[in-house]
Amino acid sequence: MALLPDDKVKIRVEELSFFYGKTQALKSNNLEIADRRITALIGPSGCGKSTHIRTYNRMFELYPGQRATGRIRMDGLDVLDRGSVDGITLRSRVGMVFQKPTPFPMSIWDNVAFGLKLKGCTGTELEQGVTQALQEAALWDEVKDRLRASGLSLSGGQQQRLCIARALAVRPEVLLLDEPASALDPIATARIEELIRGMRGSLTVVLVTHNMQQAARVSDYTAFFYMGELVEHGPTDQLFTFPRERRTEEYITGKFG
Amino acid sequence: MKRVVLQRKLVNALMVGLATASAVVALVFLGWILATLIRQGLAGLSVAWFIELPKPTGEADAGMANALVGTIQVVAMAIGFGVPIGLAAGIYLAEFGKGGRLSQVVRFVADVLLGAPSIVIGVFVYTLMVRPTGHFSGLAGAVALGLLMLPIVTRTTDEMMRLVPVSLREAALALGAPEWKMVLRVSLKAALPGITTGILLAIARVGGETAPLLFTALNSPYWSLNPTEPTATLNVTMFNYAMSPYADWRAMAWSAALVITTGVVLLTLLARATGRKAR
Amino acid sequence: MGIDVISERQVGLVSNESRANARRRTSLFGDRLLRAATLCGALFLLLVVAGMAIMLIHGASTALGHFGPSFLGSQSWDPVRERFGALPSLLGTILSAGLALLLAVPLSLGIAMFLTELAPAWLARPVAAAVEVLAAIPSIIYGMWGLFVLAPAIASHLQPLLSRHLGWLPLFQGPPMGIGMMTAAIVLALMVVPYIAAVARDLFTMVPPSIKEAASGVGATRWEVMWHVVIPFTRSGLVGAIVLGLGRALGETMAVTFVIGNSHHISASLYKPSNTIASTLANEFTEATGGLYVSSLIALALVLFLLTFVILAIGRILVSRTALQGERAT
Repeated sequence: MALLPDDKVKIRVEELSFFYGKTQALKSNNLEIADRRITALIGPSGCGKSTHIRTYNRMFELYPGQRATGRIRMDGLDVLDRGSVDGITLRSRVGMVFQKPTPFPMSIWDNVAFGLKLKGCTGTELEQGVTQALQEAALWDEVKDRLRASGLSLSGGQQQRLCIARALAVRPEVLLLDEPASALDPIATARIEELIRGMRGSLTVVLVTHNMQQAARVSDYTAFFYMGELVEHGPTDQLFTFPRERRTEEYITGKFG
Repeated sequence: MKRVVLQRKLVNALMVGLATASAVVALVFLGWILATLIRQGLAGLSVAWFIELPKPTGEADAGMANALVGTIQVVAMAIGFGVPIGLAAGIYLAEFGKGGRLSQVVRFVADVLLGAPSIVIGVFVYTLMVRPTGHFSGLAGAVALGLLMLPIVTRTTDEMMRLVPVSLREAALALGAPEWKMVLRVSLKAALPGITTGILLAIARVGGETAPLLFTALNSPYWSLNPTEPTATLNVTMFNYAMSPYADWRAMAWSAALVITTGVVLLTLLARATGRKAR
Repeated sequence: MGIDVISERQVGLVSNESRANARRRTSLFGDRLLRAATLCGALFLLLVVAGMAIMLIHGASTALGHFGPSFLGSQSWDPVRERFGALPSLLGTILSAGLALLLAVPLSLGIAMFLTELAPAWLARPVAAAVEVLAAIPSIIYGMWGLFVLAPAIASHLQPLLSRHLGWLPLFQGPPMGIGMMTAAIVLALMVVPYIAAVARDLFTMVPPSIKEAASGVGATRWEVMWHVVIPFTRSGLVGAIVLGLGRALGETMAVTFVIGNSHHISASLYKPSNTIASTLANEFTEATGGLYVSSLIALALVLFLLTFVILAIGRILVSRTALQGERAT
């Protein structure tokens, strides 16, 4: 299923399976994530798309009983190999934003500075990092006068952009977005989508969404998941107009899911 | 950058290690206490311990039967005093007072009583019941323990009944039930498992109390079935025996310690188990 | 119900109405009765606490009238010459409780972190149960164990070690006796740990997992997640738990009475025997003779009552203030 030449691939997933205890949630997924492009993962809820991206930064490690097999090669190195890739460093290279906004109970500024401080940034480097991240997340103009206010004082959409800024601040190479707009109203959603489109060319983005229109609007490539299997992936316009698999076609035409 | 990561991982490993060590420390001390209790307690335990009266040191076949019965007596009286009043106050707070000024004050006062050291309650009951009558009594001890139970029962009843959904109450009222029936048959009944847990915990708590009994129930080497007389309890007898210089008395104190701890811990675990089942 | 309605209709409208009236009357009576009875219960609580304050003040009045405010500041405690001052017991109370918290707070937070973040379920459950058992053990047992087991162990192992390495501090000077302030603080800490740990564990499990994941998502270690996110998130509850523990430590009687040594001398060394208000009361109350002696002891009880009251009030203010901040923020 090789779609892209190796130098255009940021992450190559090979035979990835995932288990919650004894239950298998992912079955031998094979997928390529294009470098500095936007890849959308779609599928009905419970199909494993969120589980899939949570392996890219080994987030599942926080929970006993969850394990992944197979290989996830990022720039050639298998991130599932604990010996050669360190989890802490990995997570500062692969950022993540969640369905519900997750501002920490601290000020706006401290929220964005959080990851930078962990990395040891201080002084002007820190100052610039925070400012730049807030600008990139299109939040700067709204919060520049109240950086000391609590992150919890923002509206839902602003909170989510704050979380994006927080993730961007540590300069990740890959950004995982797990249904980032599903808890937001249409206007806030539009702003987030605009933001994601703007990342094209500078950041590898993996967007999990149950909203097919969103996938069609935002992404370059789309992958369709069903019951833990990766059914089909390809360029977004191709997948939506000429799906190769019947299950894909039934899903995108609304016959199930 | 690499050095920073290494340093952070070292700090993390250190803190994770310390947290694990904390749990180990707690387990070690628990094991140490229980092992001492069982070893020393079983040594002095005999049939006589359960059926005989205390005797002067050196005499064989001494027991703490009167203290065992006295503890049950005093705690039973305390339950009879503390639980009904606590229930009443809790029902008032949850059903009638709600967020009003009076219930705010009563809730605060209950917290004050809950936080008051048990020995202060002992002093209070002494000035209230012992000094005016001129003698120590099992009844005074029971009042002191009852006052310790009172705020626990009040606060759990209040909290558990407020957890009962409004819809359940409204459903009862909508069927034409009068308010008092709704309160007793619906709200109280729905909250009862949680309240039972609270009462069991309160009993376990006062069953292990010594301080408030020191100068209320005092102590006695005899049977004291009359509640207006000084009454022996296991805890106070244990205190006196443990502080004595005689080896045989100390051994009996360890046995009392084992009996009391077994009772209190079993009661607590029972309470937790009913609480979990209720949830 | 349906059958009821039909039979009532058959009996006729008049009796139906009078029955309804009767029912209304009994229900009104029942409502009033229940309300009055439960109100009495609530008022009884007020009466008890008011009575407690009045009786303690009344009982303490002789001593307070005799010594005046210097009762609090005086160091002497001499039943023979009838000179009484609260300072040694008061200092001992505050010092023992403070030291106990110093030991207990990190230990409890460590246990709570272990239970919620580190231990797998099969291990966390029995460890949590063990902590519950630790909380259930009566205080007098801690006292006996402290006197006969822990104090000798401290005298022969811990105190010589401390003297050797930290002996230049006045805190760790003097003969290692075991019985004294240090042992009292350690026993108190052990008693307080399960309370704080249980509340902290409940609070930590209430932190949404997505927040913790978000922190790990930017590369934070487990400890950094704990320190920067979980603890700030639960701060007000933790303050409440610590205040609860402090209240317990201040008023704890039996465990302290066994091991503190009961001396009314103020000393800089933690090895020396000392006293707390509660242990003074436990030791001397039943044996006190003379109105002034008893009254001074009641005055001590009053001081302890006020102390725990103030701690409770401070705790409430702290908790409500942090809770308010949280509310405003959301």
